Amino acid sequence: MLSKKEKELIADIWESLTPVAEDIGADALLRMFASYPGTKTYFSHLDISPRSAHLLSHGKKIVLAIAEGAQDIGQLTVTLAPLQTLHAYQLRIDPTNFKLFSHCMLVALACHMGEDFTPVAHAAMDKYLSAFAAVLSEKYR
Amino acid sequence: MVQWTDFERATIQDIFSKMDYETVGPAALSRCLVVYPWTQRYFGNFGNLYNAAAIMGNPLVAKHGQTILYSLERGVKNMDNLKDTYAELSVLHSEKLRVDPDNFKLLTDCLTIVVASRMGKAFTGEVQAALQKFLAVVVSALGRQYH
Repeated sequence: MLSKKEKELIADIWESLTPVAEDIGADALLRMFASYPGTKTYFSHLDISPRSAHLLSHGKKIVLAIAEGAQDIGQLTVTLAPLQTLHAYQLRIDPTNFKLFSHCMLVALACHMGEDFTPVAHAAMDKYLSAFAAVLSEKYR
Repeated sequence: MVQWTDFERATIQDIFSKMDYETVGPAALSRCLVVYPWTQRYFGNFGNLYNAAAIMGNPLVAKHGQTILYSLERGVKNMDNLKDTYAELSVLHSEKLRVDPDNFKLLTDCLTIVVASRMGKAFTGEVQAALQKFLAVVVSALGRQYH
């Protein structure tokens, strides 16, 4: 459960990251591919080498979606409705991968924010990303 | 037996040789207790864990965090025999402390985040993968004596 303070903290952090969305997103994706090679199987149609145009644009897309959800966490199911359909019927990414990506996103945030990624921020972010992943997989079955 | 590449060996030695054990250990354990509050169940006699500030400032948590990290150092020095290195500790955690082994991963995830925040850009995806592999083998060794 996210407290009011946590929701505000999360909204603030993601708003501040919007200008570097493609760097954070690409970083998280690259980390996931390095630590969990099985995740690469979903990207055989893209060039996912470091700094590739595909990787940057894809990373940006993901971060902007996460940032958009963060602006009104209570409305996640509404905000993510189109992405729910996309993931359930087209992408069909096994939901265990969402956990792997979330972990790598947390590591990317830690590298980027250093000391500012406090335990309280970390806890809030972990909860938010879990909620985001859960909503994303709601239409799977 | 686990196979380590030259890169993985060098990376693990490098990370731990540069690590400030006195602060990283406490930071990792206290972060775990904040981010995953149910892990506090194993620390009932540690005093005040009431909120994040209390946890971060708790001297017993800090001391235990250091103990854990010094124990990891033993693993760094024995990368080719982690199973035996942690056999005794595995029995301790299983029979005496009765810690659910799933919790080990929660702690190592927090340690990864702490190392990441200290190393910044130098903590590349490849470095992260090497550290996670090492910690995963330690976690596996710690879970081996559970029956």
